[in-house]
Amino acid sequence: MSDVTLKNDAPLLSARDLQVRFGGVLAVNQVSFDVKRGEIFTLIGPNGAGKTTVFNLISRFYVPTAGTLEFDGVLLNKVSPYRVAELGIARTFQNIELFEYATVLQNLLIGGHVHRKTGFLADLFHTPKVRQAEVDAREEAEKVIEFLDLQPYRDTLVAGLPYGIRKVVELARALCTRPKLLLLDEPSSGLNVEETDGMAFWIQDIKNELGITVLMVEHDMSLVSKVSDRVLAMNQGETLALGSPREVQSDPRVIEAYLGSAEDMSFLRRPEPFVRKGS
Amino acid sequence: MQVLQLLVSGIAQGCIYGLIALGFVLIYKATETVSFVQGDLMMLGAFIGLVVMTMLGFPFWLAIVSSMLAMGIFGLFIERLVIRPILGQPQFTVVMLTIGVAYIIRGLITMIPVIGSETNSLPVPYKDQVIAAGGLLLSLEHLVIIAATAVLCAVLYAVFRFTTVGIAMQASSQNQLAAYYMGIPVQKLNGLVWALSAAVAAVAGLLLAPITFVHVNMGFIGLKAFPAAVVGGFGSLPGAIVGGLIIGIVESLSGFYLPTGFKDIAPYIVVLLMLWFKPNGLFGEKLRKKV
Amino acid sequence: MRFTFKTSYEQDIALAKHGGHRLWYGLLIAALLIAPLLLPEYWLAQLSFVLIYSIVGLGLMLLAGFTGQVSIGHAAFMGVGAYAQAYLTNHGIPFFVALAIGMTLSAAVGVIVGAPALRVKGIYLGIATLSFGFIVEEVFARWEDVTGGNAGLSVKPPEIFGLTLDTDSSFYYLCLGLCVIVTLGVLNLLRAPTGRAFVAIRDSEISAQSMGINLARYKGLAFAISAAVAGIAGALYAHKMRFISPDQFSLIQSIDLLLLVVVGGLGFVHGAFLGAIFLITLPQLIALGKDYLPDAIGGAAGLQAVIYGIVLVAFVLFEPLGLYGRWLKIRTWFQMFPFYRKGMFKRQKSFTKSDRLK
Repeated sequence: MSDVTLKNDAPLLSARDLQVRFGGVLAVNQVSFDVKRGEIFTLIGPNGAGKTTVFNLISRFYVPTAGTLEFDGVLLNKVSPYRVAELGIARTFQNIELFEYATVLQNLLIGGHVHRKTGFLADLFHTPKVRQAEVDAREEAEKVIEFLDLQPYRDTLVAGLPYGIRKVVELARALCTRPKLLLLDEPSSGLNVEETDGMAFWIQDIKNELGITVLMVEHDMSLVSKVSDRVLAMNQGETLALGSPREVQSDPRVIEAYLGSAEDMSFLRRPEPFVRKGS
Repeated sequence: MQVLQLLVSGIAQGCIYGLIALGFVLIYKATETVSFVQGDLMMLGAFIGLVVMTMLGFPFWLAIVSSMLAMGIFGLFIERLVIRPILGQPQFTVVMLTIGVAYIIRGLITMIPVIGSETNSLPVPYKDQVIAAGGLLLSLEHLVIIAATAVLCAVLYAVFRFTTVGIAMQASSQNQLAAYYMGIPVQKLNGLVWALSAAVAAVAGLLLAPITFVHVNMGFIGLKAFPAAVVGGFGSLPGAIVGGLIIGIVESLSGFYLPTGFKDIAPYIVVLLMLWFKPNGLFGEKLRKKV
Repeated sequence: MRFTFKTSYEQDIALAKHGGHRLWYGLLIAALLIAPLLLPEYWLAQLSFVLIYSIVGLGLMLLAGFTGQVSIGHAAFMGVGAYAQAYLTNHGIPFFVALAIGMTLSAAVGVIVGAPALRVKGIYLGIATLSFGFIVEEVFARWEDVTGGNAGLSVKPPEIFGLTLDTDSSFYYLCLGLCVIVTLGVLNLLRAPTGRAFVAIRDSEISAQSMGINLARYKGLAFAISAAVAGIAGALYAHKMRFISPDQFSLIQSIDLLLLVVVGGLGFVHGAFLGAIFLITLPQLIALGKDYLPDAIGGAAGLQAVIYGIVLVAFVLFEPLGLYGRWLKIRTWFQMFPFYRKGMFKRQKSFTKSDRLK
């Protein structure tokens, strides 16, 4: 697992004036924020606000049309998508992207790919080094399995697993990269109340026991309030408010973004019901 | 002069490729299935035309109509029996399925006594006729192909643009689930799409017959239609025709100007160049997964 | 499913996971070793073909079944290996040196053919590999100085350390040895990070990238290994047939190879072997069955094509997991008797996942 947080003042991830244009649409516009080491930072906002787009920018699936992203001193602007994990960033996906026809254990072992010690020639001949590396990799995967209580599913094909378990497997796989920064895309979507509570505990454990910084996109406000250190609200590609969960959730602009203002709703109001006099 | 002559025959050949590619693209747009059986459907259509003309004495125009009808029904039959059950399976499996169907069709045709194993001539009314125009000697067969393709394209365009069925097909090809919700009978439409593709293939077969004669291996020309579809962009109907024309012209010109052997592989070199520089083809769609 | 109780990591990593595995595979190896003593010449030759096709089947299985890359022109790689081996051994180069050169050449061609895979997927890749297949076949036909063109090239029997292997049994042992080596190599790759990276690419390219897998590198590697292995099979094929020509490595053969992996079971190593057995025995079965069919059908030239087609269609429709899949179902039925449930191996029927958006 990654080092326990060095009390380093420099932010772990820093975004400056990020901008992404798709055709004529500005999906992300002048977005700037910092994520401090060891904190849980959440992005909230209505659908289409650009939150997952920011994630895809960090994962390098999208290229920003302007602005910079810096992670742990490395400028991300020229990095290929597959090098992001090497740098220490892991992510989960909104619509689960697991390796369906492999077992849970194999998924986790693939998660540890950046830490492999052997090249393809050694693999071909199954040298003792490969054997030892395999045993070590399995030990590391086992730690994550224990952390997330996945023991019963170790040898099950992912394709047969229920949704809630798959979400946990995605989380486990991301942890196997031993990241410094973990991007969680809507970790509670599709989970019921108990599962969401479990997820909240795990996210806190990830911060406290494993020392991993978490950047999260989330809609479930109770989960956000429970675990986040700081929250950034976005709407239509722009930042609205930044602060503690309570501050942001009571910010009038944020409320307006989610619910709309009173004027927006007036056309929906029905005419006064007819009330008979005296009744 | 020579160049013009080559162009005309290239365009004519390209029209055939374009028609077959049209069949692929229709099916691909509707169900995202790639059908390797188009070439053999073309061959089957030509054989049907041969049989009704030589054995039943039908005139040419009637042969076209009956072949189109027969192939249309056959297309429906294939869709219902073979394609529908495997919806949802990965593309590779579906491709293998269509290859299997193509083998069956070829094998069965070979088994037909006499005509199955020979090269047969189709007695079209304009056979071997030429027109002299402005110093060029143009084969009527080529001109008929070009004209017929143009007419067919115009008809298909009108169908897709102006009829309810055509619009429904477009809708279902863009988003099957939404089409279902709107009450569009998607599965029946898929059958219709296969029927249409098979009918188009039949026309291609009958148009090609005077040039290559009717024989069981005619369908291999269908393989050259894949480069046509790729060049045009797999999701685009006009692209299929344009792609076909390009391939036809390239083939014709390279047959004359380049050393032997290049003619056969010129289309494939074009495909590779296209996939490298413009993978989505000339008119293709650029889609990426949203994660 | 038989529950294998694992007590150590080594057991999970090992190829033979429990006593039963060791027993049956041991018996298989023993049977293969004494085959020349038991089988008549003709069947020994057929078994050699099965081994040759198993080798190329393993290569294609690795590429298509485990890495998910479509390759419709795979016979071309066999051809490269075959021609390289023929040319080099005819010019006096020792067998294994020629083999090594042939493998490297095939691998290089494999990387070139696989280059489109870096930019396009699915059917586009299929068409690209199809195109390469045609081009390579044409090169074989035109490069007459080296390949003898359409007239073909004759090949000497293999000579290893001064011994000429021109008997059926000596050649059989050569095939068996190479087949075992290739199989072990593939199995080793699959239980190591490299093989897992291949599977990751097959199942989800996007998350593979997020896990740090360099798509270009691994796809190229998959094509290279798959082509090199096909090259080995091609070299053996050349020595067996003693004569090669371009039309032996055309589209028809490529489709035969696809038939092999699909019928055998896409995604299973065993599938390569079962598919090879199927491919070699089917013509024999047709020949045997011909006598029972009425003359009109049995004597017809198209019968083989029809049966191939029907078999392919039947497998795709009714047994998408191939022969190995069927074997798994039968074995599970026996192991779990009487608790076998009909839907155990059923693939979830979902809406067609758009390949455009994969």
